[in-house]
Amino acid sequence: MVDLIILISLLALGFGFGQYRENQHYKSIIKRESSLRDIPAIASKHLPTEFMPCTTQLVCGNVVISIDFFKQFVSGLRILVGGRVSSYETLIDRARREALLRMKEQAVTHGASHVFNIKMETSSISKGQRNSIGSVEVLAYGTAIISYKNNCLHHS
Amino acid sequence: MILTTLESIPGKSIIQHLGLVQGSTVRAKHAGRDIMAGLKNIFGGELEAYTELLQESREEAINRMIEQAESIGANAILNIRFSTSSITQGASELFTYGTAVKLD
Repeated sequence: MVDLIILISLLALGFGFGQYRENQHYKSIIKRESSLRDIPAIASKHLPTEFMPCTTQLVCGNVVISIDFFKQFVSGLRILVGGRVSSYETLIDRARREALLRMKEQAVTHGASHVFNIKMETSSISKGQRNSIGSVEVLAYGTAIISYKNNCLHHS
Repeated sequence: MILTTLESIPGKSIIQHLGLVQGSTVRAKHAGRDIMAGLKNIFGGELEAYTELLQESREEAINRMIEQAESIGANAILNIRFSTSSITQGASELFTYGTAVKLD
């Protein structure tokens, strides 16, 4: 009986805080994405000639995000019947977007105009009970292009 | 030392290829951080301690790669890639590699 009460209260806590934090995080992601939209992240390897002359800088952004108890419980149920595990979809989506944003923020501090050849890396950090994934790490990295031409335009 | 994920440095030519250089580090999270992470697993959200830990470890791996490149006389590393793998429960390896070259 006591176990059941503990489980239900943990689920309620997880649901309440988890939903609140997720909404807050999405709000901040959308706000920052719109302010960083003028720095395109490009997956191409080849640098077009119009960017020259320029200097380059390696930029990275990483984030570790944890799932909440409620979602972990729900995904445990979902695994019994199969199908889309939407509780993990939002977790990974948030992590990817956050990592990309941090990479772009680092590019801004170097005065870059574009980020080229972006690569993403995902790994699960801690495995919980029954080997379910507790938290994921996403790393986004690329080469920031600091164009001399753009810098001149900004200064003048 | 120039670090880039591109295959060449714009406006500079490669004089000499010096081969693959790599740097890696294995890090374990400590118990205090693990307890906090356990709590966060109930509420969800970002684990700042882990984010920081992994960032520091990755810088360490990059520094090791740079040391190796310097010792063979390179002045740039091209085509850098990162990779992460979990070795045992609670420890992960952060690995980075690239091609060391000499630019003019």
